[in-house]
Amino acid sequence: MHMADALISPAVGGAMWAASAGLTAYSAKKLKQDLDEHRVPLMGVLGAFIFAAQMINFTIPGTGSSGHLAGGMLLAILLGPAAAFLVMASVLTIQALFFGDGGLLALGCNIINMGGVACFIGYPLIYKKIVRQQPTPGRILLGTMVASILALQMGAFGVVLETRFSGISELPFSTFLLLMQPIHLAIGIVEGLITAAVVSFVWKAHPEILIQTPSVAAARVHSHKPLVLGLALFAVVAGGALSWFASTHPDGLEWAIKGVTGKEELEAPRAGAHGVLSRIQEKFSFLPDYDFKKPEGDAGEKEAKKEEGWPHVSRGRSLAGILGAAMTLLLAGLIGFGLRRYSSHQKG
Amino acid sequence: MANIASSLLNLGYLETLSYQQTPLHRLDPRVKLLTTLAFIIAVVSFGKYEITALIPYFLYPVALIAVGNLPPGYLARKVLLAAPFAFFLGIFNPLLDRGVLVHLGPVGLSGGWVSFASIMLRFTLTVSAALILIAGTGLNAVCLGLEKLGAPRRFVVQLLFLYRYIFVLTEEALRLVRARTLRSFQGRGLGFTVFTSMIGQLLLRTLARARRIHLAMLSRGFSGKIHLIRPLHLQGRDVAFFLGWTALFGLLRLYNLSEVLGNALAGLIK
Repeated sequence: MHMADALISPAVGGAMWAASAGLTAYSAKKLKQDLDEHRVPLMGVLGAFIFAAQMINFTIPGTGSSGHLAGGMLLAILLGPAAAFLVMASVLTIQALFFGDGGLLALGCNIINMGGVACFIGYPLIYKKIVRQQPTPGRILLGTMVASILALQMGAFGVVLETRFSGISELPFSTFLLLMQPIHLAIGIVEGLITAAVVSFVWKAHPEILIQTPSVAAARVHSHKPLVLGLALFAVVAGGALSWFASTHPDGLEWAIKGVTGKEELEAPRAGAHGVLSRIQEKFSFLPDYDFKKPEGDAGEKEAKKEEGWPHVSRGRSLAGILGAAMTLLLAGLIGFGLRRYSSHQKG
Repeated sequence: MANIASSLLNLGYLETLSYQQTPLHRLDPRVKLLTTLAFIIAVVSFGKYEITALIPYFLYPVALIAVGNLPPGYLARKVLLAAPFAFFLGIFNPLLDRGVLVHLGPVGLSGGWVSFASIMLRFTLTVSAALILIAGTGLNAVCLGLEKLGAPRRFVVQLLFLYRYIFVLTEEALRLVRARTLRSFQGRGLGFTVFTSMIGQLLLRTLARARRIHLAMLSRGFSGKIHLIRPLHLQGRDVAFFLGWTALFGLLRLYNLSEVLGNALAGLIK
């Protein structure tokens, strides 16, 4: 599942690099607050353990193929999300540098797909919610299975998205998706089983390793995280799927313009400030009209003909919806954050 | 088992390569990191049908292999080993993109084959750049360079520890696997329950070892901070290396050297 540099464009690679660099800095900062200095050798050694464990293959009965542990979820359970993310990032870096397993530019993508998703989404949102403070074997199994399966599905989806956005591979989005998701479902099930088995093994032998100290949890008085996450999820669903149900009829303004001039949009002059700005907008809008750019010529006309019917199911539209929602959410968050800082500055 | 042993050998061999004293090895690691990154970005920024424009980029790995006294055959084999993922994704291109793009005499090549060749070229260039980086610099220097370039110290320290203990723990894993193989008479692969208890054993040994390492560090005066003391001074030749190569990558990105040379040759023949 390691992405190679050959299939990536600089924009995608750079963006994911920035994201993973940000997450790495955040994790390192979070670890500073945790004064357990025995973690320093523990993290390194557990990383080496993951490395070594990945080399031991077991046979999957009935298929004749072999599988191995990926390890993100196991690390998160043993170390907590921030430390586990750093360990996964370091393991992936070594794999990229020494084995060419995953490119250097694609390293950001791989860290997010295989480390970030498992440690910051799978572990806190799924595993911990299921297991809470009573790690019985049943709960451990359920928690790790669900968390591993979902984390691997999301990671595989990330690979598909990154490949699609880079535009080097010809694989269409849906085909690639149908290829990746079922395979990673199987891998996720196996991973969940292995992780659950190992965690149960450790729970029986040394249960004190698995009990998370509640000190960090008590420090957080009131968390807005559930609300923010709920909103984000709703935005993704709304942008992704509900956007297909957006009406194809002209909106109020376009209807009015149509009534007056016979066309839905007014032609803007191509000269002067108008022209310059509209040319700039054409260049920068990567999802014009909330859809993928139409290819010119015959192919474009054929696609335009297909564009009738409602719901207007379009990948470009979902993408536009999700991206727009994400950007809006980010902007709103930044504004809110800025305002908080400003008001606390005023008080203090 | 052969897998584990050969991986260990590979890591060790790359490590020994990085101990050589050549002009390449003496360069500042930050400069090598940034140049490699610039190389990868330049290669990856080409459109999907570019082939001839990518070929001049082989100058970089070839030059570095020569100056750094690195074994080309070994590196080529490692690139080949890492190829499957890119190969199996790229092979879809010829199946999906069938419009004929270019004619080589009587034979018409479809766009799919052109983009597939481009993918494999990109792959070779980028992976060899990464391997040359580590073989020509060594992980310790790379980590130092990363830290000076702004990577969080926790992450760099983690990388260094991870690297050291990979050798320790893969030997442990090798022992476990070998012991199990010797005790299984027909040895038809590892079953699931045996596998999980082996991994569990490995994990418990790992944790116990971590505890011992921590105590050893404490008794040698470890107080929670790792000090990386190796002064790095940027010299003229480092800056020249970086500027020269990045200028070349930019130039090759803008002007297709293969075309230029080909036209010049054709002009001479006429």
